[in-house]
Amino acid sequence: MKARVHVMLKEGVLDPQGEAIRHALGAMGFEGVEGVRQGKVIELDLAPGTTAARVGEMCEMLLANTVIESYRIEFV
Amino acid sequence: MKAAICVFPGSNCDRDLAVAFRAAGFSVEMVWHKETTLPEGVDVVGLPGGFSYGDYLRAGAIAARSPVCRAVADHAVRGGYVLGICNGFQILTETAMLPGALVRNAGIKYICRPVPLLVGETESPFTRAFDTARPATIPIAHHDGNYTADDEVLGMLRGEGRIAFTYAENPNGARHDIAGILSANGRVLGIMPHPERAADPALGSTDGLPLFQGLAGAFAPA
Repeated sequence: MKARVHVMLKEGVLDPQGEAIRHALGAMGFEGVEGVRQGKVIELDLAPGTTAARVGEMCEMLLANTVIESYRIEFV
Repeated sequence: MKAAICVFPGSNCDRDLAVAFRAAGFSVEMVWHKETTLPEGVDVVGLPGGFSYGDYLRAGAIAARSPVCRAVADHAVRGGYVLGICNGFQILTETAMLPGALVRNAGIKYICRPVPLLVGETESPFTRAFDTARPATIPIAHHDGNYTADDEVLGMLRGEGRIAFTYAENPNGARHDIAGILSANGRVLGIMPHPERAADPALGSTDGLPLFQGLAGAFAPA
């Protein structure tokens, strides 16, 4: 059993790394990229029966800093 | 007057901080991150700069969940003084002992240079020994020093006189030029610049020394 946690900076929080990627894409000739946001993906190998609520607690308490980041949990 | 300095794997300003505390008259004990209690009779806890746990996940995130940080939070709740510098400031926001967060510098680059700081009008011992007639020039050395918080938090910090230090020239994109903030009771300070790196003439500057002297003043016999 696996959970994949996607962590992204919240809308409105400046993402200078995403901005640098956007500039690089433009410099490489890729047109039309109007915005880039960079996040991270954390994969958890979980013992059977681990609940979504428990993974939510992991996100709230460590995996995301909810002051600046949002998260989405996906079971795979 | 006793200071305890928490040492995490990857801390690298812990001994510099000890020198600065001693220069202001504190005795100093180093405390390893796995300790669950602080030494008896500690007045001030120092959270030093560095790269605790390699900045894995987020700067300060793993250190904030270490056993010693629970003891530091209890110390703060009891009204104890805490000084978090650079990575220490990041740890303080990650534990929510201070509001807001420190994110990647707006210009992406790591910045390491002395910067002029303005001292805020606060009631705190951390600021009271500074000569406010001129900026204090104190080095910064960080990659994730861009202070951010929502408008409500910023309004609260300003309204309650909790913005202890601001950059005279904003180097990292920090909102409201914030370099250092205080807790509601004024006893927990998080600051990105390194006053301990400007606390001895041999280091080329003593502009950071008043922070430690002011703090020592809080424990002087009346």
